[in-house]
Amino acid sequence: MTTILEMRNITKRFGSVVANDDVSFSVRKGEVHALLGENGAGKSTLMNILFGLYEQTSGEILYKGETVNIRSPRDAINLGIGMVHQHFMLIPAHSAIENVVLGYEGNAAVLDLKGAAQRFTEMAERYHMNIDPWELVSNLSVGQQQRLEILKALYRDVETLILDEPTAVLTPQEVDGLFEVIRQLIAEGKTVVFISHKLPEIREICDRCTILRRGKVTAAGLEISEIKDLNELARLMVGHEVELVTEKTLSEPGDVVLNVENLNYTNDKGIHVLKDVSFDVRAGEIVGICGVDGNGQSELIKCLTGLLPATSGKIELMGNDITGSSPKEILKQGIGHIPEDRHAMGMVGQMNLRENIAMVDGHDEPYSSHGFMHWKWIDDFSRKLVAKFSVKTPSIMEKAINLSGGNQQKLVVGRELSREANLLIAVHPSRGLDIGATKYIQSQIVEARDRGVAVLMVSTELDEILEIPDRVLVIYSGRILACLDQCDCTRSGLGLLMAGIEDDSEEQTA
Amino acid sequence: MNEVVSFFSTTIRLAAPTLLAALGIVFSERAGIVNIGTEGMMLVGALAGVIGSYVTGSAWLGMLIAVFVTVLFSAIFAYFTVVVKADQTVIGTGMNLLASGLTITVNRALFGASTSPPEIDSFGIVAIPGLSSIPIIGPIFFNHHIIVYLTFILVPIAQFVMFRTNIGLKVRSVGENPKACDTVGIRVGLTRFLSILYSGVLAGMAGSFISMGMVSFFTEGMIAGGGFIALAAVVFGNYTPRGVMLSSLVFGASNSLMYRLQALATNIPSQFLLMIPYVITIISLCIVSRKSNKPLGSGKPYIKE
Repeated sequence: MTTILEMRNITKRFGSVVANDDVSFSVRKGEVHALLGENGAGKSTLMNILFGLYEQTSGEILYKGETVNIRSPRDAINLGIGMVHQHFMLIPAHSAIENVVLGYEGNAAVLDLKGAAQRFTEMAERYHMNIDPWELVSNLSVGQQQRLEILKALYRDVETLILDEPTAVLTPQEVDGLFEVIRQLIAEGKTVVFISHKLPEIREICDRCTILRRGKVTAAGLEISEIKDLNELARLMVGHEVELVTEKTLSEPGDVVLNVENLNYTNDKGIHVLKDVSFDVRAGEIVGICGVDGNGQSELIKCLTGLLPATSGKIELMGNDITGSSPKEILKQGIGHIPEDRHAMGMVGQMNLRENIAMVDGHDEPYSSHGFMHWKWIDDFSRKLVAKFSVKTPSIMEKAINLSGGNQQKLVVGRELSREANLLIAVHPSRGLDIGATKYIQSQIVEARDRGVAVLMVSTELDEILEIPDRVLVIYSGRILACLDQCDCTRSGLGLLMAGIEDDSEEQTA
Repeated sequence: MNEVVSFFSTTIRLAAPTLLAALGIVFSERAGIVNIGTEGMMLVGALAGVIGSYVTGSAWLGMLIAVFVTVLFSAIFAYFTVVVKADQTVIGTGMNLLASGLTITVNRALFGASTSPPEIDSFGIVAIPGLSSIPIIGPIFFNHHIIVYLTFILVPIAQFVMFRTNIGLKVRSVGENPKACDTVGIRVGLTRFLSILYSGVLAGMAGSFISMGMVSFFTEGMIAGGGFIALAAVVFGNYTPRGVMLSSLVFGASNSLMYRLQALATNIPSQFLLMIPYVITIISLCIVSRKSNKPLGSGKPYIKE
């Protein structure tokens, strides 16, 4: 196999920060090449240089044996390089086909959208992707949007496709579909660069891998088939031994902390989002809610935390009825909440760390009295919290937005765990985090359980669901389909339930 | 009957400058620029048109000069908002203050403060032969200034350009998600810059039509909120040329109504009557709650990482 792409001695500096330090990266034609690394290791930076969004400080790029000067995405596209970004580059207000032709060099002054749609549909069918070209992108599911992004690149006849963390937002079934498409692309002689930090899927789909750590290459062009132990890859990525499995003893459930009975919620569009949801969470156990995104998890948590009013049903916390209470009252009753979107709900990016830490309980002693903040106490407390939860930050006066995703999440988790809650609600606690941060946060959650906290965890990651909770509830279309003990959970069993397929032989205790 | 005909005819005439300016704003708004400075641009256009007409003796050349000067003026706004990436509201407000002071100074320097306005060539009424003699329809639709016809002809053209052409798609896209445009090779800054200049062209035409068509002279602050009404028309018209036409007609009608009521010499104090167009603007903006086409990236400068 010939080398199609070579990046030689690439260095990229942002101010004083070196994002890529003398990185060399070589990809063969017709392979799936994994680019592995923790968040902030410089994977996306390297690929953004290749795609022309950044310019390297030094180093050169060879494509098909020739030195190329890629100054903009247009140059990259003209060379035959396409990229599907981690955050999709789509315009929700436009139709799928408008998104496809946007910026396409072959466009006439007056657009021929019908012709484009025909070509698009033929292409989509060839790859077994069904997307209505006239549908607005805002009406497409995340998986469909990703397929649209891939088709958008293919529409431009790319030969090399960069996929930046493509599986981060997909359900297990969608991941399988994506892998099918990748295999078909390879069969057609195209080349794929696959950015990820999820080791099992690297092993499934990739031929070789290059590993980055802190901007440097720690392994170049490893043959995946020759790797026996995933821990070896993890070590190259993280730099030290990591336990891929979070240690956990059997739970010893105590009294019921949270009791939900026949909870219903109908949203303002009249859609019955939650249907007779009943379950309980006991002290010292972790209950996991698993399901494909958008099956009512988000609304369930919002009902529990008072952010949405339940239509009917009852929510009891430590025996007190909290149905219809305000979020503030509920928080006071001892709920810690790690929300699904730390940027939108968990923290205020433009505020510094100590302000973010003081935000939840700031109106009470010892944070303040008579409306005056006790900054001295808060500073002490913040420094302790930052140290205890190993939040990497120059100081507690740093703006939260300047922290990496993992450190932001550690900040939120640290704040919520230090509130000494009886119930911890953790929604997608490890979403978008790398292995190191994920394992750390998971171990903190398990530790809280061992202290007797009742934990309700929502996750779409099967790996996490199989590992952390003591009991698993599967939610589908607003209904709890099954309640399983952890030992009864299997990947395939959960996968089917998440797709709404109930197996009669499955024991249902809910 | 005459009253009714006159009401509708006035509605169309008064809607025209709002519509003309709004047809420019609708493109810059779609490109993600909130052009608060339209008021100032129109004011500059109004004075430049009068000066141009005075110097050249031709209303058409006057308007051409007005367009040229207004485009230069809007380039200042474009430079600061797109290139320097300053806050659009602050720069827009600054442009309005600058325009207000600049036009007063230039006007007084050229024509003196207290003398009667200079004689200039202005746009006259052009009755369309044949059509204008149809009863009722004729006087309402076919007995207007030529700029009024041009303005309404521009509506379907703008609608077509915005939704059917490559340029229109680019303009609509850079306002929604500039980063996505960047990744497909669209030059976001250039697109936004040109959208602002285009809105400057139409603001210049609208302003000079007010000073050389509605009246034949320049007075200080003569736009009197017309630029802001045009901005409101774009929001009320939900960011489409067709919608902007309808909302401009609503504002034209409210102005027309105000003049009618004033002429009727009712007991209502004239100050209240003068409020009508503005009150209708506020009320109409409040009741717009349907799905808005306001671009997601509206008002935000695009800063590459």
